[in-house]
Amino acid sequence: MASSEVARQLQNDNCRPLSLSGHVGFDSLPDQLVNKSVNQGFCFNILCIGETGIGKSTLIDTLFNTSFDDRVSTHFQPNVRLRAQTYELQESNVRLKLTIVNTVGFGDQINKEDSYQPIVDYIDAQFEAYLQEELKIKRSLYNYHDTRIHVCLYFISPTGHSLKTLDLLTMKNLDSKVNIIPVIAKADTISKTELQKFKIKLMSELVSNGVQIYQFPTDDETISKINATMNGHLPFAVVGSMEEMKIGNKMVKARQYPWGIVQVENENHCDFVKLREMLICTNMEDLREQTHARHYELYRRCKLEEMGFRDTGPENKPVSLQETYEAKRHEFFGELQRKEEEMRQMFVQRVKEKEAILKEAERELQAKFEHLKRLHQEERMKLEEKRKLLEDDMIAFNKRKAATELLQAQAFASTPSVSLKKDKDRKKDPGFRLELLCFDVRDHEIVNVQEQSEREKLERDRISHREFQK
Amino acid sequence: MTWIFGSTKGSADNKIEAAMSELVPEPRQKPAVPMKPVGINSNLLGYIGIDTIIEQMRKKTMKTGFDFNIMVVGQSGLGKSTLVNTLFKSQVSRKSSGWNREEKIPKTVEIKAIGHVIEEGGVKMKLTVIDTPGFGDQINNENCWEPIEKYINEQYEKFLKEEVNIARKKRIPDTRVHCCLYFISPTGHSLRPLDLEFMKHLSKVVNIIPVIAKADTMTLEEKTEFKQRVRKELEVNGIEFYPQKEFDEDLEDKTENDKIRQESMPFAVVGSDKEYQVNGKRILGRKTPWGVIEVENLNHCEFALLRDFVIRTHLQDLKEVTHNIHYETYRAKRLNDNGGLPPVTAETEENHESNL
Repeated sequence: MASSEVARQLQNDNCRPLSLSGHVGFDSLPDQLVNKSVNQGFCFNILCIGETGIGKSTLIDTLFNTSFDDRVSTHFQPNVRLRAQTYELQESNVRLKLTIVNTVGFGDQINKEDSYQPIVDYIDAQFEAYLQEELKIKRSLYNYHDTRIHVCLYFISPTGHSLKTLDLLTMKNLDSKVNIIPVIAKADTISKTELQKFKIKLMSELVSNGVQIYQFPTDDETISKINATMNGHLPFAVVGSMEEMKIGNKMVKARQYPWGIVQVENENHCDFVKLREMLICTNMEDLREQTHARHYELYRRCKLEEMGFRDTGPENKPVSLQETYEAKRHEFFGELQRKEEEMRQMFVQRVKEKEAILKEAERELQAKFEHLKRLHQEERMKLEEKRKLLEDDMIAFNKRKAATELLQAQAFASTPSVSLKKDKDRKKDPGFRLELLCFDVRDHEIVNVQEQSEREKLERDRISHREFQK
Repeated sequence: MTWIFGSTKGSADNKIEAAMSELVPEPRQKPAVPMKPVGINSNLLGYIGIDTIIEQMRKKTMKTGFDFNIMVVGQSGLGKSTLVNTLFKSQVSRKSSGWNREEKIPKTVEIKAIGHVIEEGGVKMKLTVIDTPGFGDQINNENCWEPIEKYINEQYEKFLKEEVNIARKKRIPDTRVHCCLYFISPTGHSLRPLDLEFMKHLSKVVNIIPVIAKADTMTLEEKTEFKQRVRKELEVNGIEFYPQKEFDEDLEDKTENDKIRQESMPFAVVGSDKEYQVNGKRILGRKTPWGVIEVENLNHCEFALLRDFVIRTHLQDLKEVTHNIHYETYRAKRLNDNGGLPPVTAETEENHESNL
């Protein structure tokens, strides 16, 4: 039995048992403990999994005798979601923070492969939150609002045949994470004989598939008998209802049919009372303890191992978590430094590339500039030459003009035109001169026009040259 | 408000009951759970049974048993062992009155921890008494509190190591010191420098309850004056003894603890494990030529107050303050010094930054 086990364990720790000669008073210790807990309040979290419309919300309402939530969900949810609501209940001096988590849309999709995944994720997330709080440096575990799921009520459809594949799959994935209590919903659709066969079939299916449902504990002698009997009644066939009818002289919760009235709290009609008793009155504390001591520890162990921590080092020597963390820290810092180096290298690389590009561009520009400059120079030189030519021409022309005028003046005094022309022509090209000698004075205008046009051209050139120079 | 719990069945069902008897189990006994009458519930329409969790919890804790570690510190000859024996009404410590003078006085403070299992009313307790012989007995008593502080921190370290393991034990053995009784010599004047130094250093790591030893050497007026002076000195030096002001949770606690802090503490106690006949009753006491000092008589000394305080009302609280406050402080300091035990997730980087 338990108490002697404890005594044996304590004795093994080299303690001698003492006998007391009077009343010391530490038997009030459980009361002190209980008072403290009552002051703090309790948390209890229930997860209800079942198809839409199977009666989850109604059952919870009936269990806790309150109307929690009136929302009815549709059948057209694209995927399974979870909806959690927290309520504060108080009975005598006990305050209970009750959280009900409902699955919305479970079993409604055409493809149900991923139905159980959101549920598993939710449960893991609650464990994770607790783990994070526990690993913090400054933590406050004693006023932490515990959201870990303590019990999962799995609602089985009352087909009368066997478990659905979806049920098996979901339960298989959840049995190591949460305490599962399967219940047969809407049990008033099955007759008694069918119910018996159905229960046997269900249990054998669960056992043969290796699904571990929650077994009520049988180690405490006061409740072991009850619990053992109850274990034989699993899964509980329940009916839920919040409507009250008058039967005899009492108001009871019941469902009315044309052929009779199903009473919720009548043990002949359904197992509701058993469920309530097992869940709340007898085993609530045990459920909480199992969640913390078994499921949470398992999660924690897996998570820490996944993160790479071990209790024993490579030579099988016990390595403290401290050392592992130190090693991890060094590793982490090494990583950080390496990454920093990498980034720095990359940065330097990029800078170099950019610089090279810019240099290229600069060089190109420079080349262009040189080229343009050269062109410009050439242009200038050409123009200079032209100007020079033109100026020479101008000078030559002027000279000839002067000479012509002189000759003209002389010619007036002597014989006409020939010498005039001669001088005039002498201004121009020698080749040209010969021809002009034959011309008349009349042609002088034509020649003058030509000269005029040439002079104009020169002027224009000179102006444009000056502009270009500017 | 009606509640149907278990066995009542309507008369209409009796016939059906007979036919279904193969399926319905015999009306079983009601479980041994106290049926509370319907209380004043704001939103419940009937009795559910939530308050049975108290009973469940009580059963569970009684099954697992309790640990309690108490340390006694004081100069030798102040009656530490006798007091512990009187508190727990058994021969918990071997008294050193039969001490052979040839045994050497320990050169440094020794720490001796002896464990016992005691049971009362179905409640099993593993009591560990930690004695500190040699405290304050040398000529040069500098730093004689250091071995004690080291011991206390070692216990925290042990617990931390267990807690941080990957595969943890279901119940981590708790060897942390829950309560330290410090014995003040009844000089009648004031606290000694050693007392102040010790309490200053240790009040931050453990719950200290100062106790005036051998209080039968003082008259009533001397006692009240001495207590006042001691209280004042402790306050002036900033020494927070248990129950610490800052950990009072609500008004009720505060008023209760204030009364204890300002009037009764430090308790002036007398210890004895010999019984004498007084007025036809056998009671614990000390026999002197001028009378019998009754240990449990509140007019004679405050032993009963100390016992009630430590054992009957604040035992659980002592453990909780040790666990929730002193241990957490140690853990936080330890993890911070060591670069932290940060969760190795995306948060790790932020934590590292803050630790750096």
